[in-house]
Amino acid sequence: MDSYDIPESTPSASSRPEDYFVGATPLQKRLESIRKQTSFIPTPPRRKIPQCSQLQEDADPQNVAFLLHKQWTLYSLTPLYKFSYSHLKEYSRLLNAFIVAEKQKGLAVEVGEDFNIKVIFSTLLGMKGTQRDPEAFLVQGLILSPRLKCSGTILTYCNLCLLGSSDPSTLAFQVAGTTGACHHTGILSKSQLPSENREGKVLWTGWFCCIFGDSLLETVSEDFTCLPLFLANGAESNTAIIGTWFQKTFDCYFSPLAINAFNLSWMAAMWTACKVDHYVATTEFLWSVPCSPQSLDISYAIHPEDAKALWDSIHKTPGEVTQEEVDLFMDCLYSHFHRHFKIHLSATRLVRVSTSVASAHTDGKIKILCHKYLIGVLAYLTELAVFQIE
Amino acid sequence: MSPQKRVKNVKAQNRTSQDSNSFQTTLSAWKVKQGPSNSKNISKHGQNNPVGDYEHADDQAEDALQMAVGYFEKGPIKTSQNKDKTLEKHLKTVENVAWKNGLASEEIDILLNIALSGKFGNAVNTRILKCMIPATVISQDSVVKAVSWLCVDKCSGSTKVLFYRWLVAMFDFIDRKEQINLLYGFFFASLQDDALCPYVCHLLYLLTKKENVKPFRVRKLLDLQAKMGMQPHLQALLSLYKFFAPALISVSLPVRKKIYFKNSENLWKMALLAVKQRNRGPSPEPLKLMLGPANVRPLKRKWNSLSVIPVLNSSSYTKECGKKEMSLSDYLNRSGSFPLEQLKSFPQLLQNIHCLELPSQMGSVLNNSLLLHYINCVRDEPVLLRFYYWLSQTLQEECIWYKVNNYEHGKEFTNFLDTIIRAECFLQEGFYSCEAFLYKSLPLWDGLCCRSQFLQLVSWIPFSSFSEVKPLLFDHLAQLFFTSTIYFKCSVLQSLKELLQNWLLWLSMDIHMKPVTNSPLETTLGGSMNSVSKLIHYVGWLSTTAMRLESNSTFLLHFILDFYEKVCDIYINYDLPLVVLFPPGIFYSALLSLDTSILNQLCFIMHRYRKNLTAAKKNELVQKTKSEFNFSSKTYQEFNHYLTSMVGCLWTSKPFGKGIYIDPEILEKTGVTEYKNSLNVIHHPSFLSYAVSFLLQESPEERTVNMSSIQGKKWSWYLDYLFSQGLQGLKLFIRSSVHHSSVPRAEGINYNNQY
Repeated sequence: MDSYDIPESTPSASSRPEDYFVGATPLQKRLESIRKQTSFIPTPPRRKIPQCSQLQEDADPQNVAFLLHKQWTLYSLTPLYKFSYSHLKEYSRLLNAFIVAEKQKGLAVEVGEDFNIKVIFSTLLGMKGTQRDPEAFLVQGLILSPRLKCSGTILTYCNLCLLGSSDPSTLAFQVAGTTGACHHTGILSKSQLPSENREGKVLWTGWFCCIFGDSLLETVSEDFTCLPLFLANGAESNTAIIGTWFQKTFDCYFSPLAINAFNLSWMAAMWTACKVDHYVATTEFLWSVPCSPQSLDISYAIHPEDAKALWDSIHKTPGEVTQEEVDLFMDCLYSHFHRHFKIHLSATRLVRVSTSVASAHTDGKIKILCHKYLIGVLAYLTELAVFQIE
Repeated sequence: MSPQKRVKNVKAQNRTSQDSNSFQTTLSAWKVKQGPSNSKNISKHGQNNPVGDYEHADDQAEDALQMAVGYFEKGPIKTSQNKDKTLEKHLKTVENVAWKNGLASEEIDILLNIALSGKFGNAVNTRILKCMIPATVISQDSVVKAVSWLCVDKCSGSTKVLFYRWLVAMFDFIDRKEQINLLYGFFFASLQDDALCPYVCHLLYLLTKKENVKPFRVRKLLDLQAKMGMQPHLQALLSLYKFFAPALISVSLPVRKKIYFKNSENLWKMALLAVKQRNRGPSPEPLKLMLGPANVRPLKRKWNSLSVIPVLNSSSYTKECGKKEMSLSDYLNRSGSFPLEQLKSFPQLLQNIHCLELPSQMGSVLNNSLLLHYINCVRDEPVLLRFYYWLSQTLQEECIWYKVNNYEHGKEFTNFLDTIIRAECFLQEGFYSCEAFLYKSLPLWDGLCCRSQFLQLVSWIPFSSFSEVKPLLFDHLAQLFFTSTIYFKCSVLQSLKELLQNWLLWLSMDIHMKPVTNSPLETTLGGSMNSVSKLIHYVGWLSTTAMRLESNSTFLLHFILDFYEKVCDIYINYDLPLVVLFPPGIFYSALLSLDTSILNQLCFIMHRYRKNLTAAKKNELVQKTKSEFNFSSKTYQEFNHYLTSMVGCLWTSKPFGKGIYIDPEILEKTGVTEYKNSLNVIHHPSFLSYAVSFLLQESPEERTVNMSSIQGKKWSWYLDYLFSQGLQGLKLFIRSSVHHSSVPRAEGINYNNQY
């Protein structure tokens, strides 16, 4: 096949690339960036090993405690249009009515009425990578037992305490916009907190965050709030209802965020590289072999200290992980496995990685175990989410 | 004819409401034309007109109707003995006329009054109401009067029900609705009546405007709902309320339900059709909202909406929530913005373009051509960005080969792509999201799935620098191109032709919008021309290789030449300074083709090239100034080279001298003695059959044909014969490029500036 080259006969005008677009619109610029992204390797060849971030340390560790040890389903989310942090209370009212209307199909409900389902929006302080990242926020759906259907003030109050963990002393969550919350607390301090705690049950939790989302933030205007990563825990039908409401209200788009094997091996390497004081779980890999009639799963568990030792022997650049190191790390695991079982794991598909820091499944499920590296894990997930929506 | 008679009745009433909507004006215009002398005219015509009989009969019916109306107006005569008979007779008259031609609005006014005032019995009232069929329109005042009778409570419940049903059925024919809307509160109060409720709901559904939605009414409706349970008519009204005031009420309609109102119209079905036909003109479209089910579908497949494209909905609450305080009156009386659901025509869009309420989900514009116009001209970044995000995410999510195990939704994806392509064709502009989608998905494409849609998307790639797009798009496409069937190759060439056309159109528009005087812009133009020429060269490369792979398939060559038919006319058709010739591989394949139509097409393209190049040359001479778009002499040389070989082959029978040069020794080795004229218009393989049939036409009984007999006069007859066989391209080519003289010679374009 002949090589393709252009004869010189054409108009001999000088052409600089920037000349093509005299008045490049923001969309054209965006396209440029996509071109760059698509034409090069999709992920940068090196990343930082997750570190405990300063901002996170500022925040109350109890705040985020309940985000750990839960399985979250990941979604990517396009920027929210005209979302405002000062209206969280109104949003919760509207979403509440929407959910109730959806649950009892065909029956109209008044906005602001008291229902046995309650939705609360609250901000998650300190959940950001840089100061520029927008504040993360949390949405919780609670089911209240009928006898709690009393006055609104009490509901506000008891929701405040439901937000935290089971420990009633962790009332640190603020419902943004509830200026009167403290006031109510004062009035109602007599009522028995533990008894009210039993009345509501968290049915569904979801939170929106953006950790080091600079690349996305640069390209959108101030009408948009960029929270590219959405994590949900609860029945998917509930996620569907709430997601639909967000899509309708803020013209955004949720799409499930799957993690491919390539990214899973990155996670494996990065999380192994993290220093953990006491290991709570073994490092475990799961490969899937697509063979008929039933697919075969291969689980490969390593003692976390062994994995760390292996990593340390590979690792060269301090504080960073490079593509070569990731490949080498996985290759070492493969060859070790092959030596014992004569199976080439590289021919199978990596499906799940679990370490003491976190565990991730290719279907877009994640469970974060280590509080210290929460931000680090989320930063990588944000990166994946941004890549998906760009 | 019959409506004319009633005009005099309509007139009086019409004067009161002359300054009204367009429908009204068309009606009065009609009246002016026919109105003034109608009665006289009719009688005159009646005498010497074959249709006079009908009119006469009509006249009689009219008189009978007048009498009947008069009778009803007077009220029942108690003493009369044959009262029933007369009543029956008059009722019959009214019914007949009504069902045949409809009643004038004045007659309706009178009869409606009678029916609801309870002068006659229930049965009579029912019969009167049932035949209240307008000839054209119903006056608003009659309805208001009739409603006032309802307040007096003179008529029975069943009459009331029938009246509401009638009102709903005839709603579209009421001339104006402002006064009726003022009675909203009265109708709303009638909801209390259980029998009336379904019909009142329907009426309110037709009548409700944004300002009618008040918190107390919402509460009242919710109370009703609590009392009566889930009633379809209430659901419909409530969802309309929700539509207007989403911050007050929330409701989600069940997916299956389709019918919300009892059919009020079936009593008058035929009559309604007749009235619509009589009115014909643009009847005022009432505000009717689609009662779509809510968009959540609890995870059958994915929860992103029932259909891929969201339903059009004004951005209702984002705006309200954006305000500091949510005062109810604020957003219920929001003025100054134009609600989308009222947007029905292009003039409306133009008038309100500055205050259009944008949809809450930008994706919904894809189904709305008016809003597509808006998207097209608006330079508002958030709007475009919202659309961009929505479209790229949806494409990514829906794409069936992008994710594994998604193939069962192929049909849906195809439809979605079709919608996008329709929108792009409508706007004559590609979307950036689609381009980004192509970058991501083309490397994974198998070349089969949604082929035609996908290639159409390729043809709508917005204009950009070719060298930037090439590695992302065309290199992947080339891989598929070379490894796929000839049909795939042809469709790729077809879509590349469309791409070229779209780029050229875009560029020619762009140039004419800006003055081409400043030098910086000219460099820009140079850049874009460079990009276009790179595209053309790329296609040239593709097609040369494809010709070799497909062993010079005629079918493929047709598509290639189609592409060059666009290319050769860039200078003249698009007014862009660019002439790119085809590569030799294509030219000689076409010249030596066995197919006459290919050769004909080649001739046409050569002819157009000539036109374009001469035009360019002329312009250069006129402008004098050395612009940077002077075509290099190489282009002219190349063209002249092609031209001489072509004329040498077809005309002068000196095929291998100039143009293609082949050493005479080699030619002798082939053993063909008469090689010199073997490629001219007579002996060229694709013309030979024409020559034979030409000769046979001359002398049908001849056993052997002598080709060399076509000479001199016969030569030009032969040419005429060829032209008459539809070889227009050849005709144009020979007319323009061959100098008619005793010594035929090729007429090249002089590329020295001495033209």
